[in-house]
Amino acid sequence: MEHSATTLSHSALLWLIPMFPFIGMLINGLFVRKSRETFAGILASLAMFCSFIVSAVVFFQLVGLDPHHRELTQTIYTWMAVGDFHANISFLMDPLSAVMALVVTGVGFLIHVYSIGYMKGDERVTRYFTQLNLFAFFMLILVMADNYLLMFVGWEGVGLCSYLLIGFWFEDMEKAKAGKKAFVVNRIGDFGFLLGMFLIFITFGSLDFQVVFERATGMDYGAGMVTAITLLLFLGATWKSAQIPLYVWLPDAMAGPTPVSALIHAATMVTAGVYMVARSNVLYMLAPTSLAVVGWIGAATALMAATIGLAQNDIKKVLAYSTVSQLGYMFLACGVGAFGAGIFHLMTHAFFKALLFLGAGAVIHAMHHHLHEIGSDADPQDMRNMGGLKKYLPKTYWTFLIATIAIAGIPGLSGFFSKDEILWKAFSSGNTAIWVIGAVAAGLTAFYMFRLVFMTFFGEFRSAKQGQHPHENPPVMTIPLMILAVLAVIGGWVGIPHVLGGGNHIEAWFHPVFAEAEYIAEIHQGYGIHDAGIEMTLMIISVVIALIGIFLAYHFHLKNREAGEKINKSIKPIYTILHNKYYVDEGYQATVINPILATSRAFLWKFFDVKVVDGTVNGVAWLVNWSASQVRKVQTGQVQNYALMMGVGILLVLLAFVL
Amino acid sequence: MNYDYNLSAIAVPLILAAGSVLVLLTDVLLGKKAKDSAYQTTLTILALAGVFCFTRWGTGGSAFFGQVYTDGFTSFFNLAFLTVGFLVVLNSPNYLIRNGIDHGEYYMLILLALLGMTFMASAGDLLIFFLGLETMSICLYVLAGFHKSRAKSNESSLKYLLLGAFFTGFLLYGMALVYGQVGSTNLAEISNYLAEAANPLGGYMGIGLALLLIGLTFKMAVVPFHFWSPDVYDGAPTPVTAFMSTAPKAAAFAAALRIFYHPGIELGIPWENVLWVLAVLTMTVGNFAALAQTSVKRMLAYSSITHAGYLLVGFLASNELGASGMLFYLFMYGFMNVGAFTIAYLVNRRGKGNYNLSDFAQLGTKSPMLAALMSIFMLSLTGIPPLAGFFGKLYIFSAAVQEGYVWLVVIAVLNSAISVFYYLRVMVMMYMREGEDLADLEKAPTVAITAVICGLAILIFGLFPSPLLDLARASIIALL
Amino acid sequence: MIISLNHYLVLGAFLFCIGVAGVLTRKNAIIILASVELMLNAVNLTFIAFARHWGDATGQIFVFFSMVVAAAEVAVGLAIIVVLFRHKESINIDEVNLLKW
Repeated sequence: MEHSATTLSHSALLWLIPMFPFIGMLINGLFVRKSRETFAGILASLAMFCSFIVSAVVFFQLVGLDPHHRELTQTIYTWMAVGDFHANISFLMDPLSAVMALVVTGVGFLIHVYSIGYMKGDERVTRYFTQLNLFAFFMLILVMADNYLLMFVGWEGVGLCSYLLIGFWFEDMEKAKAGKKAFVVNRIGDFGFLLGMFLIFITFGSLDFQVVFERATGMDYGAGMVTAITLLLFLGATWKSAQIPLYVWLPDAMAGPTPVSALIHAATMVTAGVYMVARSNVLYMLAPTSLAVVGWIGAATALMAATIGLAQNDIKKVLAYSTVSQLGYMFLACGVGAFGAGIFHLMTHAFFKALLFLGAGAVIHAMHHHLHEIGSDADPQDMRNMGGLKKYLPKTYWTFLIATIAIAGIPGLSGFFSKDEILWKAFSSGNTAIWVIGAVAAGLTAFYMFRLVFMTFFGEFRSAKQGQHPHENPPVMTIPLMILAVLAVIGGWVGIPHVLGGGNHIEAWFHPVFAEAEYIAEIHQGYGIHDAGIEMTLMIISVVIALIGIFLAYHFHLKNREAGEKINKSIKPIYTILHNKYYVDEGYQATVINPILATSRAFLWKFFDVKVVDGTVNGVAWLVNWSASQVRKVQTGQVQNYALMMGVGILLVLLAFVL
Repeated sequence: MNYDYNLSAIAVPLILAAGSVLVLLTDVLLGKKAKDSAYQTTLTILALAGVFCFTRWGTGGSAFFGQVYTDGFTSFFNLAFLTVGFLVVLNSPNYLIRNGIDHGEYYMLILLALLGMTFMASAGDLLIFFLGLETMSICLYVLAGFHKSRAKSNESSLKYLLLGAFFTGFLLYGMALVYGQVGSTNLAEISNYLAEAANPLGGYMGIGLALLLIGLTFKMAVVPFHFWSPDVYDGAPTPVTAFMSTAPKAAAFAAALRIFYHPGIELGIPWENVLWVLAVLTMTVGNFAALAQTSVKRMLAYSSITHAGYLLVGFLASNELGASGMLFYLFMYGFMNVGAFTIAYLVNRRGKGNYNLSDFAQLGTKSPMLAALMSIFMLSLTGIPPLAGFFGKLYIFSAAVQEGYVWLVVIAVLNSAISVFYYLRVMVMMYMREGEDLADLEKAPTVAITAVICGLAILIFGLFPSPLLDLARASIIALL
Repeated sequence: MIISLNHYLVLGAFLFCIGVAGVLTRKNAIIILASVELMLNAVNLTFIAFARHWGDATGQIFVFFSMVVAAAEVAVGLAIIVVLFRHKESINIDEVNLLKW
């Protein structure tokens, strides 16, 4: 048994990892004055950096251990013990949480640094960094907890911080509302987590990961209780990680400052659901029904969100739907039992999606200043106002392009390896249909991402006026972009598959964590397909699909447009926003993808998203409010009415006892 | 055992009784010269009683021929009552002086109400329980109407009195029927009877116990016996509301546990069904009505109904975990509610005096400390970890799942998700609304100290719940 | 005819119900208090009947205490009604409805 308690090593360092951001939060929250904005930013970034260093040290400690015993724990104190209800404040560092902690602290640090530049001049910078640090603290608690209860503390905490940060610019009512929506929706999702936790406790008599998974191996394969537990936990995860049908809050969450979107709504918090499923891998493996649900929901989300992404013009909305879609991939991976591949994709996604968001932030930042200068009140996030920005924002352009190539799945960059690993695992485990969906979604991803790049960075700048143009952002913003760009390229090299001559180190790294689940899978589902030829063929197919996507994007958003724009120039060399909007619409009319777009717009987005999902949410809210106003009317203020109703109550209770 | 008049067994109520007389005397004799002599005397007495309660922690057994129990359960609740009493008294003068009702009787009534509660928690006989309950209730009727010149305060006390007396009739009838069936009013004998009877709810016993339960649920403000509570809480002076919504509720649950907590004795299906339905109704109705409120005070009044529903879930589960969870929850609920009402009262001063939610606008920037404390209370009431309110719910719900009440817990957890809406509204108001020009908060040190104590308690018992939980658990074991 | 325990119990239950009806229907606050008294006394009667039945003094002692409690309740109740009268010049409880919803 690899999970026996006797083989655990202790590390006295673990508590420091969440503690640094916490201290940063305290200092910024209590002592730093409003005006010292740069200091607050540096302090918060420094806290994250310290945390990152400790994570790295712990990571190398882990590397130094025997692979079978790669677990470090630290118990701070016994939190509570009532009878057999027992929980510790204690941290666990194993290959899984080590990767998560590195991603959270590393990417988190870069985003903190970037924020110093991005938030410059805002009224409440100190508050911003306080909340950002608090978020990091809770996120680290979430990934380092060694029991479900402590994990839940982090789970709730990140939800709260997310709410505060989405609504950060609360002067705008819409934004404040978006924050509230996110929090309330998340809270409702917590209900699944809580109930799942109760069931875990009564089934296994403990909430500690080690104990629960050890005892779970004694359960029957496909036991009803385990299925119930895993489905409830997954319900919590669909909310946190924005899966069908509960993804609605994530696009709204883009109301927050862009670095927040990068950190919380792309790289870290939204992946908590994936992490939780991967952490509970033994339980999921024992519940094939739940696993299938996870896989299919993931695949459906990956596809649907990608199609919605095709029709968006707001740069952040495209990225938001792209995030939903990529999270779908991660769940898809977990659903086919490839937890390691899911977490691998989580990691590479954190790199390139954080980069994409920060790049988008840089674009918005530059556009915002530019539009402000020329006195236009156009939307700085609308891609139809952009174009040709590669001239003005070269660093942003190049880093953004790298991230786009990475997410599109072009060989050599990080996204290719992780996405391909997922697709291969889906195919080799016999889930051909899921593989097809995943491959199609990959093509759509390549299309909408390159469409975004072409609309933003290529062609003519569409908001030009009197020769003024946007300017590149300061180094404090561009340097994090470059570091992330490097990561987006090399981040996947730890997982180069064997067929390409790589060592797939990441799989071996995760092996101790998922060994038990893999063992269960082998017993009950048999071995998967292991054929290098098929693997190569599939790889080529997915690359071809991606290339087709890129070509189509090029064709409809760059080549034809330029041709059209030439004609336009000769007639009327004025590029107003309205004109371009019209032009884009015309461009769409001509495209072959018209049917898909029509479906995407009219049905998936306008109808399904706005009417059905949003409608349901609003309908429930309306119903609740209506019932509330009815319930209060019972309270008439007349004391004899009360006595009468209470008397009826007494009568009913007595009847229940007598009958 | 002819001699069982062990006065030290009832040291806490004796101190409170003597104290109440002392407070009246000091007020009459010294009140003219030293305005706050009654206030200081009361705090001293409460502290003294607290010290006594703590140093002479109950070790089990009974006194006065089984009339009162002197176990850990008694001591636990005494400590809870005294804590709430202390916190409420601590911040009362601010309200009393401002409204010109700074009379010594106020403190005497609080002490006597506490005296009644201590007897409810320690009762070994229905008679003692009844006397305790009535002592408490009569004091509360007067306290609710203490602001004589305000019509709302008077209405509050009148409604409380009429409905309270009405329910006293049912409660007493229940006792009579139980007595008729068992032949004794001693709780130990009643539980012996229940354990031995082939059909525990047969004869007069079914209706008797049902009426007893109804009488108690009235005090807990359980739907549909809750109608009095929103109006009474709304109309009463705010410190009194803080007091009424916490300590008497705890006392009612203490008495309910004393009388009905018999793990191993199946009270039968009607018992479970009725409690199940009452719990669901209480949680849901309280929640929905709270959603529609614009007054923070009334919102908190309804929310306290909801919390009674959660506690009822633990009561229904009725195992060690659930019962210790209830004790923990009740103790913490005192801090949360007293804190919230206290701040609500202070903030109310900025507005037009109707506790409108909008009075909280911009509190986050004007008074960050109070806003942070209020956030702690709201989040703890919502049940966000790691605040104390979360753990209370956690134990109670886990216990209920353990006993197989899964659907009940589903409803409870859903309700607690709905409750986010109205608790969050206060936070949104504090941090995310630009208010009109509201007056700055006045300085009120006693109010601030009370809120700080409450906030710290919630944080500390959230991070280190073990000591209190162990105490709660030991108390529950002592009950058997 | 021998007057058995049940006769007393049924009488008590009747009186109790009359009291409840009074509370639910009368508008005058003092009459409502009086109806509550009727309920309590009906219970007292029940107590005494049971005490007689068991040959046990507890029930009778209980009645003493419950009479004391009832007296205290009425004293406080009348005081509150006096204050009500000062506010409204009336003790009709239908007019007491400032607090609602």
